[in-house]
Amino acid sequence: MAEMKAESEITRRALLQVSGGIGLGLVVSFIAPAGALFGGAAPAGAANAVAVAPGGEVTAYVRVGPDGIVTISLPKSEMGQGVLTSLAMLVAEELEVDWSKVRSEHAIANDARYGKWGTGGSRSVRENFDSFRRAGATARELLVSAASEGWGVPRESCLAKDGEVIHEASGRRLAYAALAERAAQLPLNKKAKEPKLKPRSAWRVIGKEVRRLDTPAKVDGSAIFGIDVRVPGMLVAQVVRPPELGGAVASFDAKPALAVEGVRAVVEIPNGVAVVATSFWAATSGRRKLAIEWKPGPNGTLDNEAIRKLCLAAVEKGITARNDGDVAKALAGAGAKRKLEAVYEFPYLAHATLEPMNCTAKVDADSCELWAPTQSPTGAADAAAKITGFSVDQIRVNTTLLGGGFGRRSATDFVEDAVHLSKHMKAPVQVIYTREDDMRAGLYRPAGANVMRGAVDAEGWPTVWDQRIASPSIMREKSWTAMMKDGIDFTAVEGVRNLPYAIPNVFVSWADVVLPVSTHWWRSVGSSQNGWVTECFFDELCALGGKDPVEARKRLLAKHPRHVRALERAAREAGYGKPLPSGHAHGVAVHESFGSIVAQVAEVSLEADGQPRVHRVVCVVDCGEVVHPAGVRHQMESGITVGLSAALTGEIAIEKGRITTGNFDGFPLVRIGQMPRVETHIIAEGDPMGGIGEPGTPPIAPAVCNAIFKLTGKPVRRLPIGTVARMA
Amino acid sequence: MPAYTLTVNGEPRAFEAAADTPLLWVLRDVLGLTGTKYGCGAGLCRACTIHLDGEASFSCQIPISAADGRRVTTIEGLSPDRSHPLQKAWIEEDVPQCGYCQPGQIMSAAALLAKTPAPSASEIDGWMATNLCRCGTYNRIRSAIERAAAERKNHG
Repeated sequence: MAEMKAESEITRRALLQVSGGIGLGLVVSFIAPAGALFGGAAPAGAANAVAVAPGGEVTAYVRVGPDGIVTISLPKSEMGQGVLTSLAMLVAEELEVDWSKVRSEHAIANDARYGKWGTGGSRSVRENFDSFRRAGATARELLVSAASEGWGVPRESCLAKDGEVIHEASGRRLAYAALAERAAQLPLNKKAKEPKLKPRSAWRVIGKEVRRLDTPAKVDGSAIFGIDVRVPGMLVAQVVRPPELGGAVASFDAKPALAVEGVRAVVEIPNGVAVVATSFWAATSGRRKLAIEWKPGPNGTLDNEAIRKLCLAAVEKGITARNDGDVAKALAGAGAKRKLEAVYEFPYLAHATLEPMNCTAKVDADSCELWAPTQSPTGAADAAAKITGFSVDQIRVNTTLLGGGFGRRSATDFVEDAVHLSKHMKAPVQVIYTREDDMRAGLYRPAGANVMRGAVDAEGWPTVWDQRIASPSIMREKSWTAMMKDGIDFTAVEGVRNLPYAIPNVFVSWADVVLPVSTHWWRSVGSSQNGWVTECFFDELCALGGKDPVEARKRLLAKHPRHVRALERAAREAGYGKPLPSGHAHGVAVHESFGSIVAQVAEVSLEADGQPRVHRVVCVVDCGEVVHPAGVRHQMESGITVGLSAALTGEIAIEKGRITTGNFDGFPLVRIGQMPRVETHIIAEGDPMGGIGEPGTPPIAPAVCNAIFKLTGKPVRRLPIGTVARMA
Repeated sequence: MPAYTLTVNGEPRAFEAAADTPLLWVLRDVLGLTGTKYGCGAGLCRACTIHLDGEASFSCQIPISAADGRRVTTIEGLSPDRSHPLQKAWIEEDVPQCGYCQPGQIMSAAALLAKTPAPSASEIDGWMATNLCRCGTYNRIRSAIERAAAERKNHG
């Protein structure tokens, strides 16, 4: 067995090189002669084969059950974006198995087997489009080889179809379940290593409307999220963090908390003071009795207003990210009536996943097991290894379903808390952040300010775009400074540095603002605010020049035909330019992010109390290629919802150095009655494949704000929109 | 700790718990029913919706002392096999994304249909207004409720 393992180790390493980071290591878990299946003179019918088939793991990705159900193990985290379906579709397409027989699950993280596992950047499908199809094809080739060798016929005379290998000349057929064990023993020959992929014309799964695989468990309460994990002997902990940014624990009296029935320990860990108990409620009760003296941090005067001022103070001192033409000269030459200046400001935002952060850890003498709703099992294992002193091989990460991610779950703070506590308690510990802990746990979409200057020519066409951005750098905070080319955090300027409009004079700068509020990737990252600023300011220039926002965009995007195509389609489907009910207006935005172009037209009115109401959103996404159309539509709706909540009401409040927003009363989410009708149209014309998880978010805030601008004549230059009273 | 009884999904259960323990945590930590979700602990998101004596209730806001002896239905008990019209409609409409809020959504919707077999869109929006969904599955939720209502009517 040891020898076998060493051999597969080598095979796998070789494979890693050819498959670009996706290992296709064979798993030789059980070896038994499958000869019985081939021994008889009579052809083994599929039904017979199923009856005696043991099934088994064919590759790291494909396992066949005795009943012919194919389970696909996937090293990407399901957080609602549908990867357990879309990636399974890629594998199933090549595996030649009927979709009704396909199931999927999270793999057990194993970098050597699957490569590093991080889920984010809208990358899962577009970056693995080939490799997961190859994973299916490799398993298919092995199954075909297993059958042809068993039958003693040329493999070219056999074909895989609907979960069986068929030898047409003799009419023999064997179910995958009967072949799995034998296939798993086969060496990876060239055909299996570099399998031929089906041409697009032969696709039966990719691009088709299939049902999500994770739905049934999500309608009966059986789906297991991180918070639902139950490990024998498990304790439950809450961590009380310093209320003030940069604060620390001075001292605490554990006794009253320890007197609460069920409280087992009060422990100081790096993130705060933990109450460890036999249940969540015992931890809550103990926490209420816990008296902690805090050392205040140096940020006791920090609040939203101070942050605004710090951003505005920095905004003219940025690093140049783009400089076309001569902005200063062009601005100086423009008449006062042909130029404008505006300040755009946006607040910190919480991810506010509906499942709060949590993790379960079980640290033993020489191993550590995690059950984590994490976007990054690799990061979780690294974090656990660091704390325990174990090698990553000693860390086993079980990835549960994620009750939302939006970037938040790529962090490891909740994992670290659980590992520290399990190590201390010598027992399994589940850490649960309360909603308030979660919202105050200090990872936010950056706040910031932009000073915008623009001008139009005598005909009203934009000639100057001068955008000065000030916002805290996510990458600097993560110490990823090596990736900051010329000192620029590309996430801070994305969507601006690559502003697609044909304007002769464009200047973009970015100034880092060092603040004690920790930032993190938040759905669509820099584009979440930059798309809002650029698309709103573009409409301001249109108004200044007397141009229609759609016509102006089409003209200035002439060198970006995909943008124009998406925009034209959205305008057409929305009936842009046609009469709307009184008091309604259309707002338009188009933005490219994560490789996809999304155009949205929002129909908006203002309620009597000044609240904007979004009735309908037409969304056109050009993602180049589509795997799961329903998944794309769902992600557009989801991106719009997250972006709309942020635009309407999203704001983290900071007072006296403390995050005071704690729950959904202070951080409202869009409700069913506020949800616009969303009509999504997908353009997939074979252009390079783009992402889907994030690109739906950036255009919604500017589309809504541009409609409000049309209704009120006043641009919305500060988020959240709140009410018209606030806008003015 | 005081002793309590509940009838949960038709089965009598007896246990001890601190009197102020919310029903939510009794279900999740004492009775092992994790389908009912914790989202806010403050009656703001309705992820914790269950039926208490048939009424949709925030289980995070009801101390066990106030539920003693009463009848509780959770998502696990809505049907034995996902055959409730709403569960079928949820599957037909492919409603869930992350899925975390959906047990609460379905339990709220079930209480709505019990009272109002054929709700209008605005009745649905009104009743479901407190159920938050971060993924934005709202339009499919509305469609699924309408589908389930229609199915009930056809088979009623």
